[in-house]
Formats: sequence, C-alpha cells, structure tokens
Amino acid sequence: MGVLGLESVVAEARTVFESGKTRSFEWRKSQLEALLRLLQEKEDEMCKVLKQDLGKHRVEAYRDEVGALKKTLDNALLNLKKWMSPEPVSLPLIAFPTVAEIVSEPLGVVLVFSSWNFPLGIALEPLIGAIASGNAAVLKPSELAPATSALLASEVPKYLDFEAIKVIQGGPQVAEQLLELKWDKIFFTGSARVGRIVMTAAAKHLTPVTLELGGKCPAIFDSLKSARDKKVAVERLAGGKWGSCLGQACIGIDYLLVEEKYAATLVELLKGVIKKFFSNSEHLARIVNKQHFQRLCDLLQDRSVAASIVHGGSVNPEKLFIEPTILLDPPLDAEIMTEEIFGPLLPIITLKKIEDSVEFIRARPKPLVIYGFTNDEKLRKRIVEETSSGCILFNDALIQYVCDTIPFGGVGQSGFGQYHGKFSFDNFSNRKPVARRSFILELSFRYPPWNAKKFQLIRHICRFDYFSFVLCLLGLKRHNYRSSVEVW
Amino acid sequence: METLVNDLRRSFQTGKTMPYEWRVAQMEGILRLMNEREKEIMEALWTDLAKPRTEAYLHEISLSKAGCKFALKELKNWMKPEKVPSLIATFSSTAQIVPEPLGVVLVISAWNYPFALTIDPLIGAVAAGNAMVLKPSEVAPSTSAFFAKFLPQYVDTSCIQVVEGGVTETTELLEQKWDKIFYTGSGRVGRIVMAAAAKHLTPVALELGGKCPVVFDSDVNLKVAVKRMAIGKWGCNNGQACIAPDYIITTKSFAPKLVDALKETLKEFYGENPLESADLSRIVSSNHFRRLTDFLDEENIPEKIVHGGGRDEKHLKIAPTVLLDVPHDSLIMKDEIFGPLLPIITVEKLEDSFDLINSRPKPLAAYLFSKNKRLEEKFVQKVSAGGILINDVALHVANPHLPFGGVGESGTGAYHGKFSFDAFSHKKAVLSRGYATEMRIRARYPPYTHHKQIILRRVIDGSFIALFLGLFGLHRD
Repeated sequence: MGVLGLESVVAEARTVFESGKTRSFEWRKSQLEALLRLLQEKEDEMCKVLKQDLGKHRVEAYRDEVGALKKTLDNALLNLKKWMSPEPVSLPLIAFPTVAEIVSEPLGVVLVFSSWNFPLGIALEPLIGAIASGNAAVLKPSELAPATSALLASEVPKYLDFEAIKVIQGGPQVAEQLLELKWDKIFFTGSARVGRIVMTAAAKHLTPVTLELGGKCPAIFDSLKSARDKKVAVERLAGGKWGSCLGQACIGIDYLLVEEKYAATLVELLKGVIKKFFSNSEHLARIVNKQHFQRLCDLLQDRSVAASIVHGGSVNPEKLFIEPTILLDPPLDAEIMTEEIFGPLLPIITLKKIEDSVEFIRARPKPLVIYGFTNDEKLRKRIVEETSSGCILFNDALIQYVCDTIPFGGVGQSGFGQYHGKFSFDNFSNRKPVARRSFILELSFRYPPWNAKKFQLIRHICRFDYFSFVLCLLGLKRHNYRSSVEVW
Repeated sequence: METLVNDLRRSFQTGKTMPYEWRVAQMEGILRLMNEREKEIMEALWTDLAKPRTEAYLHEISLSKAGCKFALKELKNWMKPEKVPSLIATFSSTAQIVPEPLGVVLVISAWNYPFALTIDPLIGAVAAGNAMVLKPSEVAPSTSAFFAKFLPQYVDTSCIQVVEGGVTETTELLEQKWDKIFYTGSGRVGRIVMAAAAKHLTPVALELGGKCPVVFDSDVNLKVAVKRMAIGKWGCNNGQACIAPDYIITTKSFAPKLVDALKETLKEFYGENPLESADLSRIVSSNHFRRLTDFLDEENIPEKIVHGGGRDEKHLKIAPTVLLDVPHDSLIMKDEIFGPLLPIITVEKLEDSFDLINSRPKPLAAYLFSKNKRLEEKFVQKVSAGGILINDVALHVANPHLPFGGVGESGTGAYHGKFSFDAFSHKKAVLSRGYATEMRIRARYPPYTHHKQIILRRVIDGSFIALFLGLFGLHRD
C-alpha cells in the first residue's frame, strides 16, 4: 500500500473516532467480546501460525498467548464499567462549593507496533487496552512473524469493527510511513534501537509514546535450604529461560548470578532439568529466522565464550534450533554479556558472595525484570531497595506477565509506560479532571483593585486560617503586612 | 555539563536521596526559602513581569507553599508500597507496587510563573527521591538569578543544582542523559525536548499551552461569571498564562450583553486608564509585545476591537482588549494568544461551539459558564482538554487533588499533589511466590502431555473448581 493508501486508511479510523462511535460502553464491550470469540473460534489457526512462525508447541502457544489473552479479555469485560466511571475527588474546604472528578476519555486514534516473539499476545494485549478505553486503533504486527501477521490481518476485520480497528501489514518501510502520520498515542514493543526511531518521529507531533523494550534480565540464585525448594527453583529457572519462545522473550532470564561454591551444583541440577523437560525439541520453540540464528551462533564464536560452554552448544541451521546451552563464567566484556541474548544461551556468572549480585546489576542498564530465587529477607530487601528494574519477581519467572493487578513495563533502557489490566486502560486514556463550581458563594476579595485588606484576607485563606479570615472580614483584625515592594 | 550530570548521578547512586528524612529536609528547606526570602521573590517577580503583589503572592508563593506543605504531609503515604491482590494464575503469591525515584532529572521551567513553575516540579522530584538540575527560564532573568543565588543555601547541592542560561545552555543540557525531563513551555520547544530525549529513551512530561476556550451560556449569573472569567484572564499575568481563557464562544444574541458586562467589569478592576493600573502585569518582553500588537494590527482586525486596544510600548503594557467576531483564520485565532487580548467568537447555538473547539488542537483547559446541566454533561463528554472547569476559570490549578497536565498539543504527563510524586517515580511491581504450592504434576513444563494440557488450561482460564477437578484427574474432555 502506498503512502496515500495508508493515509486514507488512517483517516477513516479518525473519522469513525470523531463520530463518537467508539466511546460507548456498548461498542467497547462488543469489540472485546468479538475478540474473545475470535480467540475461541480460531484457536486452532492461531496455534498453527505460532507453530509456523516460531515452532511453538500448542501448549506454549495457548499458555503464553491465546489463553493469556482470554484472561485479559475476561478481566477487561468484568471491569470495563468500573474503569469507565469517573473517579470522585475530594477537595479541601476552601474549594467549597466545588465538586470534582476525574473522567477518563480516549486519546483518539492510536498506533500499536508489536514484536515477533509473542506475535499474537503482544499485538492484542495493547489493542485490548486501546479498545477498552474507547480509541480507534491501527495495529502493525511484526513482519518477522508473517503467518501470525497474515492471520491478524484477515481475521481481525471479520470479527471487529473494521472501520475503527485496522491491521496494516508490512516491514520497516510501512512502519516509517505510519510514523509520519499524526497519532494520539504510539505503543511500541521491540528493540531500543527502533524505540528511539519511534520516539523521535512521535516528537514531531508531540505524540505520547509507550516503549516496551528489553534488556538483560538477570536471575539471582541464592542457596536454598530445602532440597525440594531447590528443585522447584531450578525448574522454574529453566522454565524461565527455555520454556517460553526458547529464550526469545523480553522478560526471559538472560543470565544467572550465583555464588561460586554453588555453581557446580546448579549446573548439574540444570542439566537434569533440561534432560527431564527439554530433551524433545518438538516441545520447544525455535529461533525466529536465519538472521537471529546467525546472531546467536556468532555469540558463541568468541573462543573464550565457546570455552565456557558446560552444556549444550549444538545448533541445527535447517531447523533453526539451538539446544539449551549453559555457559560458566564467559568473559564479562564478550558480546554475550554486553548485549541482550534473546536466545537459549544461559551464562552463569559466579560471585564470591551472593550479595555482590546487587552491585553487579546496578552497574548495568536497568532491565525489564530482576528475578530473585531467594528466601533471605535481607537479600530481598537489598534487591528491592538498591536495584531498579521494571519489575521484581521472587522465586519464579515469567508469571508476572499474567498478573493483571501489577503494572507491566520498563524503566531506563528497558522503556517507559506500563500496561496490563487497568494500566492498559489508563495507558490509552486521557484522565481529565472536571471541576464544577456554583454561583452561590462569591468572595469579592478575589478581584482587583487590590488593597491591603484584600491581600490580608487572601493570605489567611491561603493558610487555611479560617478564623483569622473571618475576623479580618468582620474588620476585627488589623492588616499589618509590610513590604518594601509597596504597590499601593 | 557532562561533569555536572555525572556528579549528580554519583550522588544519587550513594542512595542519599532515598530516605524519607532527606526528602523532608529538602522540602523543609524549600519552605524556609519561601518564608525567609519572600521579599526577594516578590522583587524578582516585579522586575521580571511587573506582577502585582497580590497576584505574585497568590499565584506563585502561596500556591507553592501549599504544594510543599501538602507534600510534606502526605509523603509518608506516597512512599509506602501499595499492596495489590494477585490472581489464581499466579496462585499463592503476594504483590505490591513500590515507588522508586527515576534517578537524575531535568526540570526546565517557563517565564510566566517563573517561581511557581520551578518550585512545583522541584517539590515533586525531591519528594520522589531524585537528584536534579533546574533550568529556570532566561526570559525571567531576575527569578532565574534568585534561584541560582538562594536555592543552594537551602537544599543539598550535591543532589540539586541550578543551571542558568538560554538556548545554548539548554541545548547542552538536553544532550546529556537524564532519567526524566520535565518541561514547561511552548509546543515548538516541546518537540525539540522530546526529540532530544528520544536519543536516550528518556521519558518526558511536557506542560505546554494551547488556546483555552470559554463557552459562555446566556443562562448564568452574568456579573459573577464575567468577574470570574475576567480575573482568570487578566488577573493571571495579564493573560500570559497557559490556563488563561484564550477566546470566548457565545451565541450571537448574547454577545452584546457579554461585551457590556465585560466592559463594566474591566473598568471596575482596572479603572479608566488600565495602562496605568498597578494591578496588571506588563508584557514580558518586546518580542512578545510585538507578537501581540501584530495580532491587533492584522488587516481587518482593528475594526473588531470593541474595548481597549491601548498600548504603551515603552513600558511594555497592553490594555485589556476585547474583540468581537474576528475571522476564524486570523492570526489571533490561530496561535495561542498569551496576552490581554480576548476575542469573542459567536455561533448560532451553543452546541456548535463543541465542534469548533474539537476542530482545533486540544487545549490545556476548557471552560463553560452555564447553569444548564445537559449542556454541561455534553461539554464534559465531547470536549477533550487537559482539564475542564465549569462556572469558573483557572482554579483547578490550585487543587492538589486534581492532576494538572495537557493532552495532544497541550502536552503529556500531569502533576500537582501526588501526581507530582508519581511523575518523577517509577512504579515497580514486586511479586513474590513461595515454593510450597508447586503442583506435583509440573503442568507448566514440557513434555506437554494431555493431562498437563488440561490442568494448564484450567489454571489459565481461572476456574477454581475445574482446576480442582482437573488436579485429581476428574475431568471430561
């Protein structure tokens, strides 16, 4: 589609928005219900395209994308009326008689860019927020997950109001063209490099943006007393690395930090878990494309990096598969430790003592999430108070993604803006304060010409000194304010 | 500049801005500054803007003091983590949202309320535990110099710095890496700020302006309504305020009455010779003076003036001026006026005003004077603005319980009260699980057997009963 084609598509969305159609509760509810129907009726097709684009097993596809979206929709439908109602605001006595509330209104026509690793989930989660808050929306799914993109482009218009919700397919060129148009909000999930491009383009129109980026999400592995806890922790760790999209997740565990005396045990435990859960590559996703496959292989090219491999390392270029790989203390200045891995390579960095992990993490860009496998209250406190990240999760991995009551988003290099649950609704809303006054009470000292008495009354009111105010009003208090800046 | 930012970052990383006591000490310092230096502040405001003493006190000092006291009172609550429920899918977990400072922030303020617009964000940044650089506007040089000279005496300079300067210094500041930039000013510069921030992926809050419309119904207490509107316009830095009424929309039939009421009120407030009234701020600079007189001197405009129009170039004063029915495409209706000129646009019926307003960039505030509840509801529903005030003007600025900020061209982000604290915080989700409730079946992990799939679906779909049955193998396909 040429630029003009794009422009007219977007213009149509704007016309529909301006007609007011998308604001009603009924419209929003109908769209969310339609999406739910889409997910229910096309579940098979969706799992199929996720298998095609990323080799995701059906269970993974359902757990991480289809099922998660259903949960989001159920939650949104349940709470929509509440989210839409104005919030009353309490005001101080001096504002009497004023009544105030905060009214949420849609921003207008929003643009959603989604990434390739959860091509369904990351496309529709923000869209759900945009719809719930009454916006018209244009979605540009990632071209690196082409089957999913095509499915969205064909099915969304069938189920949803195609005049107000548009899916536009394409690559960087189309994205660039879209970025030249004026939006009321842009929601971007992807890399920091492209995030900068998006924000720079948005600046031309003063369009607010949300950037969901990535980073190197560390997992701190503390010694755990009970063998059972250790077992469960290692399993969750492994699941948090390889279980979702084979490590290609912004919230996936990037690397591990462990005390050197436990490293060997941890490696053995991990090897056991990998064998138990991940020996069948059919139950794991694959690398998305040749380019990323090559990128990951290149990370292992460095001789000292290759030498640090303690498990795995084999690659299958035809199947675009790299087996779960563990590295023990690769050099910290190698690319595998300076860039986000986004793949099934797991560096384990050993420390003298586990508390050093706090310093280690602080010295690096703020990640999207920090995982802490520890029951040590002191260490937990230090992690919460001395590090900064989008989120912190103790004793598990990835599940924060499905918790609708906490905000999901980054900080620093991992992005800004939050969503999920009501945070999605707020993300795409303008929270507009509305204050109403009546004509009943009128205070004449509000108006010029100014004199010393009026000034004194104002001073009392501003200090909430109602008593002095009344005395002054009744002429029973002297105004004795003096200033060298005498204007009267 | 880089050294300055690095030093601030080092200070921040020592953790000294985190404790409640540090933040309170800074805010108490700021309060002391306002109490002890009131004279110097008023003098600076008089020099920069010829701001009438009452206005300077009311709008800048007292509001800032109130904001500071409010923050001091509420800070403990604001700093507390917020517990939130977690759901079945993440069963047996506790969740909370912990606010933390963003780090080292940059606050750039505007010239029209040079004191308040620096202090307000400063309070928010400090309350949230950040280190910061304040760059007051060079267009209000006395106030800027005031901050540079006095603020360091009252706050921790290892974490709070004032940088004075104009375009060069600001550009240099914008090249540094910040954890947040808070900018108050024009849309033109707002774009530059955001583009510079994009290079470092720095989030921004932009408090910009716009043409704040006032829709005037005939069914009002006219005297009171006009007084409130007039004080909101000319009593706010002589119209040089982002939330001052920019233009009025009223019905053709009501316009003459409105004009008469305005004339009367203006005479009452500012006398026969408003150019000599001490109760009106002057225009801030000769550039802005010329900008405003250009509005008045455009072709076909002078005959639309129904009141005022007087000017004193030497003293940079322009009298309150009312115009009636200027063309919609005239200069005065295109750009934000930011001055004492008030055009009145007439329509056949008031509902037409909503489309008129919505056809323009979204303003920072929109006002309606009316007793008609239905009209009021429609106004709130249809007009998109940073804030809406019915039957008064500008007051919502003073309320710390209401978020203050724009939308669209009028900006992004909000502040005042707790919103200031939030504007400079990162709300970090902290989720915690135990190990006890891991299901034996390990449904989460591959290999994905049929049984596991069923369990997983039950968990995700959030059905307790189905999950329960599933766990015990009591399920149907």
